[in-house]
Amino acid sequence: MSVTAEQNEAAAANETIDLRRDYEESGVGEVLDQLDRELIGLNPVKTRLREIAALLLVERARKRLGLVNEAPTLHMSFTGNPGTGKTTVAMRMANILHRLGYVRRGQLVSVTRDDLVGQYIGHTAPKTKEVLKKAMGGVLFIDEAYYLYRPENERDYGQESIEILLQVMENQREDLVVILAGYSDRMDKFFTANPGFRSRIAHHIDFPDYSDGELLQIADKMLEHQNYYLSPEATVALADYIEKRRQQPHFSNARSIRNALDRARLRQANRLFAHTGGALTANQLSEITAEDILASRVFKVAAESQNQ
Amino acid sequence: MRITQGQFSFLPDLTDEQIAKQVQYAIENNWAVNIEFTDDPHPRNTYWEMWGLPMFDIKDAAAVMTELQSCRKVYGDRYIRISASDASHGWESLRMSFIVNRPAEEPGFDLERQEVDGRNIRYTTRSYATNKPSGQRYSS
Amino acid sequence: MNDKSETVTGKDRYKAGVMSYKKMGYWEPDYQPKETDLIALFRVTPQDGVDPIEASAAVAGESSTATWTVVWTDRLTASEKYRAKCYRVDPVPNSPGSYFAYIAYDLDLFEGGSISNLTASIIGNVFGFKPLKALRLEDMRLPVAYVKTFDGPPAGIVVERERLDKFGRPLLGATVKPKLGLSGRNYGRVVYEALKGGLDFTKDDENINSQPFMHWRERFLYCMEAVNKAQAETGEVKGTYLNITAGTMEEMYKRAEFAKELGSCIVMIDLVIGYVAIQSISKWARDNNMLLHLHRAGHSTYTRQKSHGVSFRVISKWMRLAGVDHIHAGTVVGKLEGDPLTTAGYYDILREDFVPKNLEHGVFFDQPWASLGKVMPVASGGIHAGQMHQLIHYLGEDVVLQFGGGTIGHPYGIQAGATANRVALEAMIFARNEGRDYLAEGPEILKDAAKTCTPLRQALDTWGEVTFDYTSTDTPDFVPTPTAS
Repeated sequence: MSVTAEQNEAAAANETIDLRRDYEESGVGEVLDQLDRELIGLNPVKTRLREIAALLLVERARKRLGLVNEAPTLHMSFTGNPGTGKTTVAMRMANILHRLGYVRRGQLVSVTRDDLVGQYIGHTAPKTKEVLKKAMGGVLFIDEAYYLYRPENERDYGQESIEILLQVMENQREDLVVILAGYSDRMDKFFTANPGFRSRIAHHIDFPDYSDGELLQIADKMLEHQNYYLSPEATVALADYIEKRRQQPHFSNARSIRNALDRARLRQANRLFAHTGGALTANQLSEITAEDILASRVFKVAAESQNQ
Repeated sequence: MRITQGQFSFLPDLTDEQIAKQVQYAIENNWAVNIEFTDDPHPRNTYWEMWGLPMFDIKDAAAVMTELQSCRKVYGDRYIRISASDASHGWESLRMSFIVNRPAEEPGFDLERQEVDGRNIRYTTRSYATNKPSGQRYSS
Repeated sequence: MNDKSETVTGKDRYKAGVMSYKKMGYWEPDYQPKETDLIALFRVTPQDGVDPIEASAAVAGESSTATWTVVWTDRLTASEKYRAKCYRVDPVPNSPGSYFAYIAYDLDLFEGGSISNLTASIIGNVFGFKPLKALRLEDMRLPVAYVKTFDGPPAGIVVERERLDKFGRPLLGATVKPKLGLSGRNYGRVVYEALKGGLDFTKDDENINSQPFMHWRERFLYCMEAVNKAQAETGEVKGTYLNITAGTMEEMYKRAEFAKELGSCIVMIDLVIGYVAIQSISKWARDNNMLLHLHRAGHSTYTRQKSHGVSFRVISKWMRLAGVDHIHAGTVVGKLEGDPLTTAGYYDILREDFVPKNLEHGVFFDQPWASLGKVMPVASGGIHAGQMHQLIHYLGEDVVLQFGGGTIGHPYGIQAGATANRVALEAMIFARNEGRDYLAEGPEILKDAAKTCTPLRQALDTWGEVTFDYTSTDTPDFVPTPTAS
């Protein structure tokens, strides 16, 4: 070893990294704090996110000291039921990766099978490439990724898209990060059938369903955002609603709550229009009452199934 | 010879890293980026073949670089240029154009002079490459 | 100082005899200019003891309907419409005794599509008016309705770039030197060397026409041999501004036709040929797909002094209307007059589709151009490769940078000079696009580029330090004042 090389090594050994300062300067803390504030529940997800952020920070420091050379694999899978915050977290993840310099631009491009797979021969590759090009420098989020793979049809064009995706995920790790998302059980099957994906995914995050209490909190937050509020009776009614809705088909966590509140606002508007003559106060215009909730079909369906 | 079309022909050939930076400049200006190739570099040959459509709505130069690599794989023996289109009112034309790939040999052009009346001369510029049919011009 | 209207109305107005201009209706402080009015801003310096408002009203009067005495024939006309109306008079900042007079003219006063008519009205008589010590036309707001009566530049910046297939960088040119004495054969040598070395254009000087040492046909023939040969040697479109300025319009058309016959892409004229000739040749250029370069020969006789004459920003507006593709508009850093902010004002007027009022640049009015073609400004006179970062910073990308001496005076020849300029230019644009602070790092960027380009290193060694630091005479009257924070 030459003298200068030795000196360099010594210098590298002496150079120190202040992780705390790196953390603060990157602004990742803000993103994580914002996530804590804005997203109800999801504690395991938040913990995983903090762990990943810490890992990325350390990786970056190691790279600076010449301890790693290769670009790390950062592709992820987000599994969980609909409405559990996967897209929102993906957006934050894109932001974190951008702040830490793992992606250059930080945009999130969200797609499903239809955006990637074509209808006829020669259609799929350009479509997939087009999407990949838009996602370069950022994060490609593929929702319900398992639809890409249809083993029942051996001529399915999805396979072509999968091959292109795998190639880019392997060879252009510096250019984009892919997040595959969907129901947990189906994703498991998908990964089993496509080991190429499994081996390229570095981080799995599981999104649990929200508890009833969390969904009620989410509802409060959504309404607050739109300058509405629930009357005490309506809060009770909504808690009941959530419990019943969960038992019925197509339950999708926060998304079901958003839909329920949209319909409640519609009913409130009709109620105000039909029963109130003349002037309305801001209070009246903002309050969702129990009847706006209880008129939901969910209660009728629940009652019927109990009678049966 | 070395043809000097485009905005950076007098600089040493650009590295991919340098090309990517120029492309990023175009992207940040909201210009669509286009890859074109030709085996007839005549100065009035406006329409080089397009390698796919101009790339709109991309955020990062990697998108263009990926396409450029693919184009080079097929047409690496020809001229390839990158151009950037600005759609804003009052311009609606190119904002950038530079060569990113050249044939190993650039034979250049023949200048034919046809003497006509009054000492006047009619000039015709012809690319030596076009002595051969399209597709066989630069590959040996 | 905007006091009340003193316009006399009723039967007293047309009593025979002399009446002050402001009483005749040329001073209307309450007048709101219409969107279709043409507005002129004059810098008025009245003789000692002359009321500035009366002097300004006189300017309005003398540049529209008035004569020195009341005439009854006014009553046969809608005279109130035709009277130009001075509606505002402000003292010029830091210049006692001078005033800015805003004067509105009704659109009906002008024939469409005629710079001659416009100038005959606005600057026809009034500049010699005795009660004024001096008068300067500073700016002019052209209403869209009037702008639309002109065709504007035959090609314009975008079309010129498309024809030349040159994008993303300033164009490069050089004026052939020496101005006078070269034979056609020798002249063409300079053109060939410069174009082959890397310039886009070469240029005839303003007074190269048809003299004993070189007949114009010889020049055209040898220049086109040079252009075509350089084009074949580089694979790049090249041009040379063939000066077609001549004694008569007939002769100019003859030279223009010959240039076309030889396949030139551009011809040039001098400003001294006059507005009618400029508009005529512009129409010819439009009909014949020819770019038209204008050398502003003679303009300094009336644009340079701040107190009297016509500002170059007004000339720029007239030339954009009249229709030229190139006009010399200053270099900021070169040997000729050109304050940076004032020059920025000219460049905006030539190149933008909407030019907002900007007093610090000497621009007094919003000027919409209604999609009229853009004129490519030309920077020429005492500039060299070592100033490339400053030139791009001040002048932008849509400009022709002309290095005459800076090309032909290169110690290792004209080609070397041309190459030095082209490499400096490309390196600077390249660095700018990469996001570097090219103005601050300019000298370093040039030095780096010179590592792989000997001609550039030689150019920097020869001229690196040359600057022309003189105070400009034509500077803006308004400076930004810091506001208390």
